[in-house]
Amino acid sequence: MSANKSAQTQSRALRTISILILSVVAFTGIAFVTGATSFKLGLDLQGGTSVTLQPRIGVGESGKVTNESIDQAVEIIRQRVNSLGVAESEVSAQGTGVNRQIVISVPGETGRRIVDLVGQTAELRFRPVLVEGNAAPSLSTEAAPAVGGVPIEVSNAYAALDCTIPENRQGGGGDNPDSILVGCDRAGINKYILGPAEVLGRQVTQASSILDPTAASGWYVTLEFDGEGSSKFGAMTTRLTSLPAPQNQAAIVLDGLVYSAPRINEAINTGTAQITGNFTQEDATDLANVLKYGALPLSFDRGEVQQISASLGAEQLRGGLIAGLLGLLLVILYSLMYYKGLGLASVSSLLVAAAMAILLFLLLGEWIDFTLTLAGIAGAIVAIGVTADSFIVYFERIRDEVREGRPLKSAVETGWARARRTIVVADMVSLIAAVLLYFFAVGGVRGFALTLGLTTLIDLIVIFFFTKPLITLMAGMKFFGGGSRWSGFSDKSLGIVKKAETGASI
Amino acid sequence: MAKFSGIGGRLYRGETSYDFIGKRRRWYGFSILLIVISAVTLFTQGLQLGIEFKGGSSFTVTSSNASIETAESALEDAGVETQNIIQKIGNDKVRVQTEPLSNVQQTAVQDQLAAKFGVSIESIDVQIIGPSWGEEITRKALYGLFGFLIVVMLYLAMTFEPKMAISAIIAVIHDVFITVGIYAVVGFEVTPATVIGFLTILGYSLYDTVVVFDKVHENTKSIVSTGRTTYSKAANLAINQTLVRSFNTSVIALLPVGSILFVGAGLLGAGTLKDLSLSLFIGLAIGTYSSIFIATPILTVLREREPAMQALAKRVGTRSGASTSTASASEASVKSNSDRGPRNQPKRKNRK
Repeated sequence: MSANKSAQTQSRALRTISILILSVVAFTGIAFVTGATSFKLGLDLQGGTSVTLQPRIGVGESGKVTNESIDQAVEIIRQRVNSLGVAESEVSAQGTGVNRQIVISVPGETGRRIVDLVGQTAELRFRPVLVEGNAAPSLSTEAAPAVGGVPIEVSNAYAALDCTIPENRQGGGGDNPDSILVGCDRAGINKYILGPAEVLGRQVTQASSILDPTAASGWYVTLEFDGEGSSKFGAMTTRLTSLPAPQNQAAIVLDGLVYSAPRINEAINTGTAQITGNFTQEDATDLANVLKYGALPLSFDRGEVQQISASLGAEQLRGGLIAGLLGLLLVILYSLMYYKGLGLASVSSLLVAAAMAILLFLLLGEWIDFTLTLAGIAGAIVAIGVTADSFIVYFERIRDEVREGRPLKSAVETGWARARRTIVVADMVSLIAAVLLYFFAVGGVRGFALTLGLTTLIDLIVIFFFTKPLITLMAGMKFFGGGSRWSGFSDKSLGIVKKAETGASI
Repeated sequence: MAKFSGIGGRLYRGETSYDFIGKRRRWYGFSILLIVISAVTLFTQGLQLGIEFKGGSSFTVTSSNASIETAESALEDAGVETQNIIQKIGNDKVRVQTEPLSNVQQTAVQDQLAAKFGVSIESIDVQIIGPSWGEEITRKALYGLFGFLIVVMLYLAMTFEPKMAISAIIAVIHDVFITVGIYAVVGFEVTPATVIGFLTILGYSLYDTVVVFDKVHENTKSIVSTGRTTYSKAANLAINQTLVRSFNTSVIALLPVGSILFVGAGLLGAGTLKDLSLSLFIGLAIGTYSSIFIATPILTVLREREPAMQALAKRVGTRSGASTSTASASEASVKSNSDRGPRNQPKRKNRK
């Protein structure tokens, strides 16, 4: 290797390292400017509740699980979760086709409330209307009409309720079937005081929207009750028909919201009923769906529920960090002990890789809401080993080349040419594993796959643009090139017996 | 350490050489024995599946007076009489695992545990898995496994040679079998975290195999034209030359995994970290073993069947005057000095 060419290689190496370090610094700057200074922690590290819902598919119903119906369910569940007012709650759909799931995660210790809220499809209830009025709040409490059996607090609440404000029409929570309910209708036109529930949604066995081409009213909804539902609905309608308006109406209530409050024209004891009105096709279909499923277009089973207390979260976070530091420390110690001076290259590369990984997690947290989970931390720790392994593959190659009699400076280059291929192939296998895990896995596993994949990419970047140039620079230094006892290239460490025969001393 | 590095040099030059290829039957036998034990235990005893796979509920209470008896009485009062597993984890935790429960039962268990241990309901860690969810998880794990094997095989076949891909995959399947067997024999619990660790290990085991195969590839590139050595000998030299590398990469990979295991099992007691690192730990050890003792010998046998390689073996055999049948080819390499890779390459010494 000519002195000129060697100098060129050296300066190129220096340039590559500088560019890499400058980019890391630049990205650190970006992280600070965009405010990405703390990790987004998964629920397993900060405590919280996650619920995974699977669509329940009955016989011949597989066609019903469509992207639209899932998206609709996500939207409805999101509204319910948001009604709890917990920051950073998330509702999202995962998976494809009929295997789609809805994952709800809510940080903090709300536990059972969330599970109750999303776990069951909200129940539909038929309640007698006691008072009906305009959506706007009444100006004075005196205007509250006195109805038998309605306590004064309820009348006041009713008077104060303003159904023209969308927040009051979100529904959710506090819908106790045995007590009087004050609520709005969905459109924000009317407000109601409703009596205790008399017929429940689960007593409805069938509901569908039907177009009557002969009648002027067009679309209407039919519903059927089971045995218990038939008798209760019969009793309710018998009682209501004789009452004056508005008390001859039965409100269909879901999630605390009135979907429809049809007037009862006659006692219905047959177990089948029709709701007519000026329905559009969409109105009729919606109402039928509400009657059938509660608000959700599909019924769901709880696939998985996880409630992690804040203390366990903190403990797991601490455990993950300790394991990471311990692992890093052990790898550093081993590298230094075995490779001595050369180990320094491995240690500094590992530190650069760690800095890059931390930076990437921070930025991804800001950009794509990447959350760090326990499995993710484990993936990153395992990656310490994978990263250090690629250094070993390279170092051993260099030593092989030196053993074959090459001077260190050229051994570094020829060894790299050979090690590069091994490292790329091996890292590709790791990447394939990560990508497949990501696509096949659910929930926490994906976090592991993502960090494993990202850190493998970082490994490639670091070894190409940091470790290799660094070794080139080190080979130019007297300490290493001269085969000093602590450099890791001494004849003794390489097991070279006859010093005179080798080119290790330049 | 310096002494060990010295071994690296001697292995590289072939002065110290372990005959992996020639003694392959011994290792095949050992592996087959392990696989048979695994298969038998798997069929008779099966795997200890976590609730994630079979459905069920798990409640973990943290309390200074954690005791199994209290948990038992809480379950009794909640009226849950399924097959329950109650474990004490560390000093201050009790974990209760039940079969799938109804929503009402779940609430009852949680309430009873909170009352009996005098803790708040929010402080109980709960995991509930629906029965059909377990099937879903199992299905995905299997898809992941097969998808991985197929894609990696194609990739290796493209980068190396098809026979290397076949040998590598045989070694991986070997790893899968024995690791699963160890889980069945010891009765470790299998959770999704175990499966993740497991899939990662497959990648890792291949990493090791790739390192060895890369050297085999290099050593055997021009053996037919030079005619100095047989495929078996060149491959055996490659294993010896990469022995230090394999050892080091495995140790370095085991150190972080070991620290996760230490923290997961020691400090946290149970959960994701422990399950993950345990399967990584077991898999890593087996992966290293198989890339040396299984993958390369299989590759050698596959390649030695090729007419060109048999012709080569014959040529080398007549040249050195020793009878080098395919099977015992490498036994000769222990002593004979005439046909060792680097030694015979033109020395580049004293080049500056």
